[in-house]
Amino acid sequence: MYKEIRLSGTGGQGLILAGIILAEAAGVYDGYNVIQTQSYGPEARGGASRAEVIISDSVIDYPKVTSPDIVLIMSEQACDKYGNQVKTGGIVLLDDTNVDSRPVLDGASIIALPITEIARHDVGRQVVANVVALGALVGVSKVVTPEALEKAVLSRVPKGTEDLNMKAFHMGLERGRRAMTEHETP
Amino acid sequence: MQNKAGIGTRTKLMQGNEACALGAIAAGVRFFAGYPITPSTEIAEDLSALLPRVGGKFIQMEDEIASISAVIGASLTGTKSLTATSGPGFSLKQESIGFAAIAEIPCVIVNVMRVGPSTGVPTAPSQADVMQARWGTHGDHPVVVLCPSSVAETYTLIIEAFNISEKWRIPVVFLMDEGIGHMREKIEIPNSDELKIIDRVRPVCNPNDYLPFDADKGDGTVPPMADFGTGYRYHLTGLTHDKTGFPTTQRPEVDALIRRLNSKMDKAKQEVTFIDEVLMDDADIVVFAYGISARAGARAVREARESGISAGLLKTKTLWPFPDEYVEEIASQVKAIIVPEMNMGQLVLEVERAVKGRTKVISLTRVDAEPISPDEILSALKGV
Amino acid sequence: MAKPITYYLRTDKMPHIWCEGCGHGIVLSAVLRAVDSLGLDKDDVCVVSGIGCASRAPGYLDFDTLHTTHGRALAFATGIKTMKPNLNVLVLTGDGDLAAIGGNHLIHAARRNINLTTICFNNSIYGMTSGQYSPMTPTGKMATTAPYGHIEEPFDLCELVFSAGASFVARGTCYHANPLSKLIAKAIAVNGFSFVEAISQCPTYYGRRNKMRDALVMLDWQKEHAVTKRAASRLSPEELKDKFIIGELGTRTRPEYTERYESIIKAATKETDDNV
Repeated sequence: MYKEIRLSGTGGQGLILAGIILAEAAGVYDGYNVIQTQSYGPEARGGASRAEVIISDSVIDYPKVTSPDIVLIMSEQACDKYGNQVKTGGIVLLDDTNVDSRPVLDGASIIALPITEIARHDVGRQVVANVVALGALVGVSKVVTPEALEKAVLSRVPKGTEDLNMKAFHMGLERGRRAMTEHETP
Repeated sequence: MQNKAGIGTRTKLMQGNEACALGAIAAGVRFFAGYPITPSTEIAEDLSALLPRVGGKFIQMEDEIASISAVIGASLTGTKSLTATSGPGFSLKQESIGFAAIAEIPCVIVNVMRVGPSTGVPTAPSQADVMQARWGTHGDHPVVVLCPSSVAETYTLIIEAFNISEKWRIPVVFLMDEGIGHMREKIEIPNSDELKIIDRVRPVCNPNDYLPFDADKGDGTVPPMADFGTGYRYHLTGLTHDKTGFPTTQRPEVDALIRRLNSKMDKAKQEVTFIDEVLMDDADIVVFAYGISARAGARAVREARESGISAGLLKTKTLWPFPDEYVEEIASQVKAIIVPEMNMGQLVLEVERAVKGRTKVISLTRVDAEPISPDEILSALKGV
Repeated sequence: MAKPITYYLRTDKMPHIWCEGCGHGIVLSAVLRAVDSLGLDKDDVCVVSGIGCASRAPGYLDFDTLHTTHGRALAFATGIKTMKPNLNVLVLTGDGDLAAIGGNHLIHAARRNINLTTICFNNSIYGMTSGQYSPMTPTGKMATTAPYGHIEEPFDLCELVFSAGASFVARGTCYHANPLSKLIAKAIAVNGFSFVEAISQCPTYYGRRNKMRDALVMLDWQKEHAVTKRAASRLSPEELKDKFIIGELGTRTRPEYTERYESIIKAATKETDDNV
């Protein structure tokens, strides 16, 4: 198994933390080899933000994503830049709260979910949109086990926010699973 | 600490910079002085938290020069000491690195390379400080330069850096890059009893008989080093000095000092040369790479094998002293050596020197702040 | 009973490099008499210097001695003191070394209030490089790099260092050698950053260009121009023009850096214990 995952959006959406959590779930709790990298502008908020995770059961040589299996898109700008960079057979998971356009894809799936909206209304805090996204990503791709991701979320989020984040994770997971089922049974 | 995960467990996900800090603690580092600079700052941040937990001390100095100077001062008390910086800060530290070289004070200087010259691109990797690491300070000086290419390697190699620095009383430059410094990988933290830790040799003679720069009783290269404050009461200077440590301009004494200092590079060479050979057994084209470029080299070699090319990778973790005899020997067995670097072609000059025309040397350069890709190396392999 | 000064000297390293008439030997002997008056063991004293005439002083002293790079003595000393707080660390430096290239380290060492004692051998000139103006060269004076007369104002070093946070600042002169020694002893005893500006004379490179070729004339100048704080309080601003004040110029009690760091270690090790 060798999976490349790209998480893209805007600074302040917590995507780098999401990348770290996903990598930790895969590496520390699911036992895969893993690499996580990121790129960001000098500004902490508002600039383009991108985190990448590679998960493999063998040694990972090159640390950069070259042909992603899964792409999370959390902003219109990210959609323009990374929306159609996905492997054949891959998945684009798109936050349609923030993204109106749809990439034109050949042989890859688009799953659109109102990730930010779910965080804001169903969970109650927009700030946990990144964890909703991780839940959804696991729901649609099964790239790591939900148990591993849960542990990784709990080890990385601030003390006192565990319940909120667990709620966010499970809501995302549920919505992701449902969306995938709907996608696969037309 | 950023990494709340896995406290008490040995499997961790961490950045290269975090591994550098943790490896340094394992090596026995108990003093760090530094100045904030991207992309090395996490090393300082982590050590500000870690050091006091083991009775060590961290200080953020007023500038880069003060940081390396404080590190040298702390080392004189017998404390393993570290500083970390990036391009502009590494330039500023050069004079004091020269002081550590001539006064033979163990210390390790981490340079997490970013794009230069000057401010360059602070948040992107580069490998353009390879020559500076060797020749950055004035004068003929010995310095060992190590370069990791993964997070796990950062942890173990920084320990080697300290071992070398302590054993040979020599400054060691640890060249990381933004890519390795900021990437997170899973690592297994070794048990402390699995690690070999070397401490400097201290004098056992009567303080009255102590000659701080007399190496004759040992192997003729490295004199024992007394800690300040232990009654040996000796003098250290950046001037050329005699065996007593006092300044001299006597030609034979100056000559003896400079030659002895530089002989460390030759004598240490074998034991400080760390090269990983990947698929080298039957290789007839070799990728000779280091740091983040070696990662692309590994993928390129693997893919080349899949298309029937007998490619191999030499991943060197030691840049200086340059392993020239080793490269010379390889040169006579292969059709070509490809040297990918994120600079205008620096270490390739050493490869060419070592190869002495015995085989073709191909330089691959990239200076756009992006790592060399496996495809670039692969097409070079196919082009041979 | 005071020990002879030679007890603290590496007499085999003599003769020293200083010129005839230079004041640095007087300052150095004041330092040694101060060390002696405090009864410090030679093994417990460490002397650090930078580059310049004054910075050659440690070579003649029978302590652990460190002759570093230009301007950085305080930074080296900070590393030593931080890891060996029990050592009495003295920094011997000149006005160029300390106030020009080392100026940043000076204000930050004072701000940190680390327990170092800094003695500035102030001869108003770069002597080692034969007479260029320093940050302490008075306006209008001549130097090899001020052939038309110096157009900058010098620092008031004591004021600078005290403003930056030092626990103790004082000024003395070679002419007033005994009071200078007492000021240095006080400075060493202070638990915090302490600073003594010792006005010294360089007849060779400063005096010769400024109509004070003779060291005795320069010592006379120190005598004529130095006033105590008390004497100064009785003088008009007009009378105080061209004068400088000697004696203790500032003391305050502030937490010392290495002691504060111990509290960090306590807190951090407690945190670690709690986690186990």
